[in-house]
Amino acid sequence: MNNTAPPGSEPNILLDVKDLKTYFYTEDGVVQAVNGVDFAIREGQVMGLVGESGCGKSVTSLSIMRLLGGSGKIVEGEVWLRDRNLATLPEEEMVKLRGGALSMIFQQPTSCLNPIFRVGDQVAEVLIQHQGMTKEQAWNRAVEMLARVGIPDAGRRAKSFPHEISGGQAQRVMIAMALSCLPDLLIADEPTTALDVTIQAQILELMRRMQTEMGTTILLITHDLGVIAEMCDHVAVMYAGLIVEYTDVNTLFEDPLHPYTEGLMAAIPVLGDVRDSLAVIPGTVPDLINLPPGCKFAPRCPYAREVCSQEAPPLIEAKPGHKVRCWILHPQTSAQWAGYTKTDWRFTGEEVFAQPAAATGGTDVS
Amino acid sequence: MSLDLGATRRDMLIVEDLKKYFPVRSGLLQRVTAWVKAVDGVSFTIREGETFGLVGESGCGKTTVGRTILRLLPANGGRVFFDGEDLFALGRGEMKSMRRNMQIVFQDPYSSLDPRMPVGETISEGMMIHGIGTAQERTETVADLLKTVGMNPYHARRYPHEFSGGQRQRIGIARALALRPRFIVCDEPVSALDVSVQSAVLNLLRGLQSQFGLTYLFIAHNLSVVEHISDRVGVMYLGKMVEVTTREAIFRNPLHPYTQALLSAIPMPDPKFKRQRIVLTGDVPSPLNPPSGCRFHPRCPRVMDICKTVDPAFEQKQSDHWVACHLYSASAAEQTAPSAP
Repeated sequence: MNNTAPPGSEPNILLDVKDLKTYFYTEDGVVQAVNGVDFAIREGQVMGLVGESGCGKSVTSLSIMRLLGGSGKIVEGEVWLRDRNLATLPEEEMVKLRGGALSMIFQQPTSCLNPIFRVGDQVAEVLIQHQGMTKEQAWNRAVEMLARVGIPDAGRRAKSFPHEISGGQAQRVMIAMALSCLPDLLIADEPTTALDVTIQAQILELMRRMQTEMGTTILLITHDLGVIAEMCDHVAVMYAGLIVEYTDVNTLFEDPLHPYTEGLMAAIPVLGDVRDSLAVIPGTVPDLINLPPGCKFAPRCPYAREVCSQEAPPLIEAKPGHKVRCWILHPQTSAQWAGYTKTDWRFTGEEVFAQPAAATGGTDVS
Repeated sequence: MSLDLGATRRDMLIVEDLKKYFPVRSGLLQRVTAWVKAVDGVSFTIREGETFGLVGESGCGKTTVGRTILRLLPANGGRVFFDGEDLFALGRGEMKSMRRNMQIVFQDPYSSLDPRMPVGETISEGMMIHGIGTAQERTETVADLLKTVGMNPYHARRYPHEFSGGQRQRIGIARALALRPRFIVCDEPVSALDVSVQSAVLNLLRGLQSQFGLTYLFIAHNLSVVEHISDRVGVMYLGKMVEVTTREAIFRNPLHPYTQALLSAIPMPDPKFKRQRIVLTGDVPSPLNPPSGCRFHPRCPRVMDICKTVDPAFEQKQSDHWVACHLYSASAAEQTAPSAP
């Protein structure tokens, strides 16, 4: 955990996402959920994807798994898992990968398990499908996996139905299922959000232990910066379908460069650090059907200048290993912000900078 | 914010041995076969002008405490005094006028507003019921309330689906304020909101408290939020209060092993933060069949023999610090001393 490999000896890239765009075609219009996402994960690392609801973090993971449903479509970009481009792989090939080389755990573990099958059978099914085991072999291996993820009395528990186990146990079963075929990549989409804090601590510890023992590469999706700080090596911050900042976990928390990251970090109450008032990011997240031109964060950004609402900034490497999507740090435009002071983020939450208050009627709802 | 008036503040709400049991029915005749003891003898006091944070994990009974205090659910035992008046002894009419003083803000801003009612009507409904003001005056009050919570008066004619989660929660707060209450139960008011919106609602609640001199019972599962907003904090576990003390004491000097574990379980947004984490084993047991003795004993890292049989009393152990744990009772310490290594 948090063990960045020394320079020069970096492990190989396992997953390389290039300019991924995923849109949903709905009656109201085209929802641009993921709008050009680039990132790479190296073998054995834990990469975090953090952002608020609707920022596209879950859709990014579902695009990698190609589980977008009827209305969603990858319209552009490549998703390389080693030497295979998942974006264009035929569906039959994807079926073989899911649960095998690629696996995923979700936010609501109890709704991911089939209510009419015993949990042991559900873990065994993965092994029968992907490793060609016999029923008996698979059952024994399933019980072994359940014991390994800390389910007490696994032999008996394997015969339970999903409604007989708690949410924390269900997430353990999901992890056992996801790891039973030793996947190359485990995608964990808000794995602890539905769980209580003491159970969350158990599950995070389990994920850390399994990652160390099995060397699994993990893409961890969460809205909780605490979980990110505890689990990840690298972090990408997403906003409105784009990665706005990408770096290693220590740098992100020590020196956040993007105004959105800066606001987000100031807005969370931190245990042991009582402040009179919390920082507020003004306004609300943009409508993904009608995205603002230019930088997507500009309407809420206290530092925004004219250029921000006219042209979208590219993701550039502002410092070694630290990428950011902001005109303030872009060599061509940074001069405009020479000597600017940092805001204290003391807003009430309803200010909209881009338009005068009198003109907000009718369009200010998200 | 936290004016140190603790000693001089008047007790506004006194909860004594509150009990709320839910029946479990089964069989053809739907006979009551068991009771879920959701709240099983909870006592605490809320002082005028303070925020009392009530924390615990899902199923611990914290929401039931809030609703039983307001008589939204009938209690099975215990008493609640508001300004010295026994709420459970009030008749229907008396309780109705009492409700003007006591309001609630609900957790889910998506389901707590009537989707077919313009938000202005939702906000003014309480005033209608209590026959306050003329229609004209009510419209003006709604406009003022919307401004107070940081929205625009013209929003009154719109419907809930036109607003974001944060805006809906502001509407819920405006509705609670409409009758000028003195006490508000905030039941997980920010749990459904994103962090950037959550901080604005927390700041708003604090601002309103000093503006109107409100007293809050703030129910939440997120300890960082509770630490931020509360003056005093109560921790519940499986229907019981296990610890009540000031904000400073609960976070600097937690006495109950459950509080200690809860605090250490929170992931900190600082990758360099190192600590000894107490990871509790097992799940929260079912309140249908709670463990004997101390309800926390099967998960407690410091369990003693006495914990398995005797339910610890909820007692004051330090100034303004109550805890229900055998570790701090003299007799229990003696009992276990010989067997200790």
